Amino acid sequence: MAAITLIEGVTQALAYEMKHDPSVVVLGEDVGVNGGVFRATQGLSEKFGEWRVFDTPLDETTIAGLTVGLAAQGMKPVAEAQFEGFIYPMMEQIVCHAARMRNRTRGRITCPAVFRAPWGGGIHAPEHHSEANEHLFTNVPGLRVVLPSSPARAYGLLLAAIRDPDPVVFFEPKRIYRQYKEEVPDDGEALPLDVCFVLRDGTDITLVTWGAEVKETLEAADALAKEGISAEVIDVATLTPLDFDTIAESVQKTGRCVIVQEAPKTAGFGAEIAARIAEECLYDLLAPVVRVAGWDIHTPLFRLEQKQLPSTARIVAAAKRVLAAG
Amino acid sequence: MPIAAKFEIEYLQYLDPEGKPVRKDLPDFAQNLDYMVELYKLMVSTRVFDTKSIALQRTGKLGTYASCLGHEATHVGIGASMKPEDVFAPSYREYGAQLYRGVRPRDVYMYWGGDERGSDYPDEPARHDFAWSVPIGTQCLHAAGSALAFKLRKEKRVAVCTIGDGGSSKADFYGAINVAGARDLPLVAAIVNNQWAISVPRKIQSGARTLAQKGIAAGLFCIQVDGNDIIAVRKAMGDAIERARKGDGGSVVECVTYRLGDHTTADDARRYRGKQEVEDAWKKDPVKRLRTWLEAKKAWNKKKEDALQHECEEWMDKEVNTYLETRAQPVTAMFDYTFAELPADLVKQREEAMALEKR
Repeated sequence: MAAITLIEGVTQALAYEMKHDPSVVVLGEDVGVNGGVFRATQGLSEKFGEWRVFDTPLDETTIAGLTVGLAAQGMKPVAEAQFEGFIYPMMEQIVCHAARMRNRTRGRITCPAVFRAPWGGGIHAPEHHSEANEHLFTNVPGLRVVLPSSPARAYGLLLAAIRDPDPVVFFEPKRIYRQYKEEVPDDGEALPLDVCFVLRDGTDITLVTWGAEVKETLEAADALAKEGISAEVIDVATLTPLDFDTIAESVQKTGRCVIVQEAPKTAGFGAEIAARIAEECLYDLLAPVVRVAGWDIHTPLFRLEQKQLPSTARIVAAAKRVLAAG
Repeated sequence: MPIAAKFEIEYLQYLDPEGKPVRKDLPDFAQNLDYMVELYKLMVSTRVFDTKSIALQRTGKLGTYASCLGHEATHVGIGASMKPEDVFAPSYREYGAQLYRGVRPRDVYMYWGGDERGSDYPDEPARHDFAWSVPIGTQCLHAAGSALAFKLRKEKRVAVCTIGDGGSSKADFYGAINVAGARDLPLVAAIVNNQWAISVPRKIQSGARTLAQKGIAAGLFCIQVDGNDIIAVRKAMGDAIERARKGDGGSVVECVTYRLGDHTTADDARRYRGKQEVEDAWKKDPVKRLRTWLEAKKAWNKKKEDALQHECEEWMDKEVNTYLETRAQPVTAMFDYTFAELPADLVKQREEAMALEKR
């Protein structure tokens, strides 16, 4: 079993599924010979040919619309947006068509497609290359929004996303694409969608997060442990449909919650989780829920970019504030 | 001076507005008068259907409805050019093509009457066609994606999309014909140029002399036809579709027609276009044109016309009654098609909605 990075988990899942399901096709700009700008599709064109790893013209609208058409014809397309900042031209097709096809036709035509995009900041990229914009999709009915945070979850969740009969927006936290390796068996075993993963058990406070911030949140839990504070860490993984039960169970146990998100604070997905806690767990709380988020600003160019990303220190400080409140 | 590229756009017409042939080389299908009568019957059915739809809307039995008055030759011509195995990605008024492919009037009434089941066509070949696309031009890419699927699977099928003159300004249209040209996809994009995109006239929609020539930039075969002459539409579309089926590439066919009615029942075209223009357009009526030609060929007469009108009225009345007698879906149906399997959160919301119904 080889130790692989998160992006290799993506490649491994694509290769596995393309080998076992001839209806799976990969499309996007540069996905072919070049293997994608981040090399997520490296080697696939050689293995499966230029028609199953389909280099499109440079037009995100076309990539998304072709994906809808392919899926409607019974193919399983996996489309790549080079950066999540380029996903906006795809939104009309994803929102107006991919997400609605099943409902519009009462199930006659469906759209089992995956829209992949490298997501989030922290890699010293130019403007429009570093957004965290998952919340733009979590309010769209009929879509799954998935954000893996480790090599194993990238592999297992992408397999699940491709096999899912409905459209999935699959955001890949590019800051941790190559951060570390872990052993991931290439056995085609998918991980479940629509469930949160409890990464660390704890009793004093619940830390809820997703994507690249899982790293800082786990570091914060370590730091808190050194001070005798037991933090439970939850990786949401599938934002919508949300597995709120896992979060509720944890909050009921700890009575305290900090939500960590890379996206701007206002109307981000953390607001949804906080609202659900207020609706369903208010009387379990010992202190107000606190969010640690990106500021409500455009992602800065890279000289200041790190100041936008929630740091381990900010998460620790927020947790201590919650603990001090009750 | 060296010339990098030169192009010409052919204009195809067989019948003039008076129904008189303008050229002698009628295509084979047009020499089969029984076939032409069948096409005529569907054009008349489409018009009766459209009249009925507007009446239903005016009496509060339909929601907003997009009329197809004046488009009968273009729409029926497109539908008749396709084979059952081909795939159609329509805009929201191509009923003539859809009726040809097995969409029932009651389906259209259901859709505009506010019921999603109207897009669940039960009969082939319409069953494998796309439903109406309300966002302008987006369906062109669905057709291109379908064409890509056909090419990948080595199926001898063709994807046909229709787009308005306004829609031909959209990036989706260009994206679709561009990728079709780059990869030789079996795509035929039919521009239904009815001169008006709601209130915006063709002349300020694009500076291009023809809309067909937009396909030149994408490397496709391009032609402009008289969209009120069903022989021209059927010939150009038939040739384009068969060329695509043979693997010889995609086409853009511009059908020049006219929107005789309002954009939708929520629109009042008198606000932005002159009475004279519409009166002049009626002189090019596609239904009358074909009837005049068929009558000259002794293939049609008043008696047959009266019988057809009666038959169409009866058909539509039956369809209207079926639509009106169809009960609304239960409230649970709002939830049941959001995902293949309902997520836990939606199960709860569905139960909440059901409980409200029982109160």
